[in-house]
Amino acid sequence: MDLRRQHLIDPAICIRCNTCEEMCPVGAITHDANNYVVNYEVCDGNGACLGPCPTGAIDSWRLVATPYSLDDQFGWFDLPEEQAHAVEAGALPEESANPPEVAAIVEKATAAQGGRVPPPYSAAHPYVGLYTRDRPAKAVVQGNYRITGEGTETDIRHVVLDFGTQAFPVLEGQSIGIQMPGTDARGQPPVVRLYSVASPRDGERPNHNNLSLTVKRVEGGQCSNYVCDLQKGDEVMVTGPFGDAFLMPNHPEANIVMICTGTGSAPFRAMTEHRRRHGPKGPGKLMLFFGARTPEELPYFGPLMKLPGSLIDVNLAFSRVPDKRKEYVQDKMRERADAVAALLKDDNTYVYICGLKGMERGCEETLSDICRHTGAEWKDISARMRREGRYHVETY
Amino acid sequence: MNSIDYSQKIPNNVNLSEDRRLQRALESWQPHYLDWWKEMGPEGTTTHDVYLRTAISADSQGWAHFDYVKMPDYRWGIFLATPEQDRKIAFGAHKGEAVWQDVPGEYRSTLRRLITIQGDTEPASVEQQRHLGATCPSLYDLRNLFQVNVEEGRHLWAMVYLLHAHFGRDGREEAEEMLARHSGDADKPRLLGAFNEETTDWLSFFMFTFITDRDGKYQLAALAESGFDPLARTCRFMLTEEAHHLFVGESGVARIIERTCQIMKENKTEDVKTFGVIPLDMLQRYLNFHFSVTNDLYGAEVSTNAANSYNMGLKGRFEESKIADDHQLDSTAYPVMHLVNGQFKMVDVPALNSLNERLRQDWVVDVQAGVSRWNRVFKKYGIDFELTLPHNAFHRAIGHFSDIQVTPSGDVISNDEWNRRCHEWLPTIEDRAYIQSLMGAPVTEPGKFANWIAPPPRGINNQPVDFAYVRFA
Repeated sequence: MDLRRQHLIDPAICIRCNTCEEMCPVGAITHDANNYVVNYEVCDGNGACLGPCPTGAIDSWRLVATPYSLDDQFGWFDLPEEQAHAVEAGALPEESANPPEVAAIVEKATAAQGGRVPPPYSAAHPYVGLYTRDRPAKAVVQGNYRITGEGTETDIRHVVLDFGTQAFPVLEGQSIGIQMPGTDARGQPPVVRLYSVASPRDGERPNHNNLSLTVKRVEGGQCSNYVCDLQKGDEVMVTGPFGDAFLMPNHPEANIVMICTGTGSAPFRAMTEHRRRHGPKGPGKLMLFFGARTPEELPYFGPLMKLPGSLIDVNLAFSRVPDKRKEYVQDKMRERADAVAALLKDDNTYVYICGLKGMERGCEETLSDICRHTGAEWKDISARMRREGRYHVETY
Repeated sequence: MNSIDYSQKIPNNVNLSEDRRLQRALESWQPHYLDWWKEMGPEGTTTHDVYLRTAISADSQGWAHFDYVKMPDYRWGIFLATPEQDRKIAFGAHKGEAVWQDVPGEYRSTLRRLITIQGDTEPASVEQQRHLGATCPSLYDLRNLFQVNVEEGRHLWAMVYLLHAHFGRDGREEAEEMLARHSGDADKPRLLGAFNEETTDWLSFFMFTFITDRDGKYQLAALAESGFDPLARTCRFMLTEEAHHLFVGESGVARIIERTCQIMKENKTEDVKTFGVIPLDMLQRYLNFHFSVTNDLYGAEVSTNAANSYNMGLKGRFEESKIADDHQLDSTAYPVMHLVNGQFKMVDVPALNSLNERLRQDWVVDVQAGVSRWNRVFKKYGIDFELTLPHNAFHRAIGHFSDIQVTPSGDVISNDEWNRRCHEWLPTIEDRAYIQSLMGAPVTEPGKFANWIAPPPRGINNQPVDFAYVRFA
């Protein structure tokens, strides 16, 4: 199905000040006595109306099969619900919907969780494989920023991709494939590389059709160097989105325990940002264990330190700070054993591990120890959590 | 042309550095302005870090830039909207001629008066609101108040620029007077009546920004049609800022209504005073008051001054270019309400003389639309109540209804009856005392709101509602 992204104005918030109509350079916005509305045929998504809107009502978007007409919009008092799209049902078979080459990568990455784990019951339905190698989406690079300290060995990049008017719906925890141009030494198209999306579902910038990736430059790594060297304005071929299990729960009571190292933080940045934007007040807690060599090498260190404690409980472990004891995420988890144990007892707790291959073993041991101290058995707890889609591991 | 030069003392997009004389004149006015801000602006706030919107260019990309700013360091400057190529005068005797970049000599005094009156309202409202911070219902609301204040300050700059740039010595003197008059001052009051009343509480502030700032919108829109291009471009940019002020007012009252409805529903009572929220009949009285005093700001319904300004091409109608007529109005009529033999009747008067009334009517339509949106909140809660706008002739001090007494529903009554019953329709001393009793100590913990107002559905610039919109030093 051909889905389109339609720009709309939320009539429940709009104060009819006419600023958007005044600002629109292409004359796409008009009004009647009831509402200000956007003409789908005329709007070219230039965004000139977004900044000046005093209420944020202008920043409203829907994925639609058939765009709403002006007459539809004139009659509204509220925005319509998101339409359910047939593609959702069609794209979600019982087993993973990822294409074979992607499925192989995912299987390896999730091996440590002990087979396929279902998504949280309250996760939003993901779109999977809308774009393929034969029919990739074209994204444009909006920015590429180094987010680790200059002068450190670790070069981690925050890359923002914009999809223009192509529908590219992603959820926190999903990945996309980057298709490098050209062919490899054997004349084959280069193997696809997957990168976790680091931005929430409504865009790197709220309600923009863009997303971000957290990519580390790996010496000799073809694709990582390709991505890290992208310049603003470059066009990139993208496949996906992929992933239908490592997704965040949507119910506000859900506690999310996030354990990561390095660029494994990408999906957790996305989940945290989604909570920050849409439900910071819910009873559910966010708890993060994040390891890096030094603060300068911890991606998003600055922004992370600015998040309020009421939103997220941040625990950072550094293993290479001069004159300081080496600390790993497991050490931090042990320090916070009481809090972790309390969360594990709660049926609303979801645990996610993401990072370098091998870290899951240390984490499992630690969780096991923490449980033992409270008289519980991690083996039993984890089996139930897996069954219920509450324990997810992705390590590469 | 449109990017703003911040390297200058006075940020601007009018190439101020190329006109040394003007630059010097404005630079000598600037410290007087800052003194005025410190003395008459928001009280006790000079060290607060406020999450404010500052224009960094006058086009759509750049004028909504958000960051923490200490208010005295706010970059007040001079920003005009992008010029329109080959713009022609759209109305009046000069219709079809190229717009003026300089003031036509014969219209000098009329233009100066229009600009002075508009300019005088801007610092006036800052003065009226200067004590409100002490009783703010949340950091979110405090920030919105300060945003309104700094932008009113910038609107003063916009008018002062025109006075300095185009009116020579007279203009410079007018600019000084803007800082010398003070709202409510016995000796040197502001020019318009409504701007001499202190804004004593947040309900008044929200009503003021919803109703009276909307008069500002319509006045600016009429001036944005002006044949004097620098004035038109200045007002067009000011309109984009004014929108936020209307939003603060409309959403503020809507949140008060929401909170009162919640309490009524939860406790199944109309006697909400015991729960510390604002009763609906009191809201209606405040609405009556602000609507009627703002009606007066439009001036006399039938006015030769208004006719002259239009004919000269200085001040147009609201959305002049969207009106399908000859844009000269020499021989057309327009119906204006009069009292004829004790009955209100629409009487045709020459269209040219009825322009004040026409602008006021356009404004009423806009106010009514907002009130209807408020009324949807009652519906949502299943509460059988509607706020209504009072009759045009209710509680008027200017124009041809100023010497009669009329009820909100439009019955002409005697002075005696008015004196006996006006407490039913206008805020009483008890009302004001009750409102002030609700608004005691400021609420300054992020995400917390005073009991009498609901939180907003979303924060500013996509920040969460519990964001620290103001940080105290």
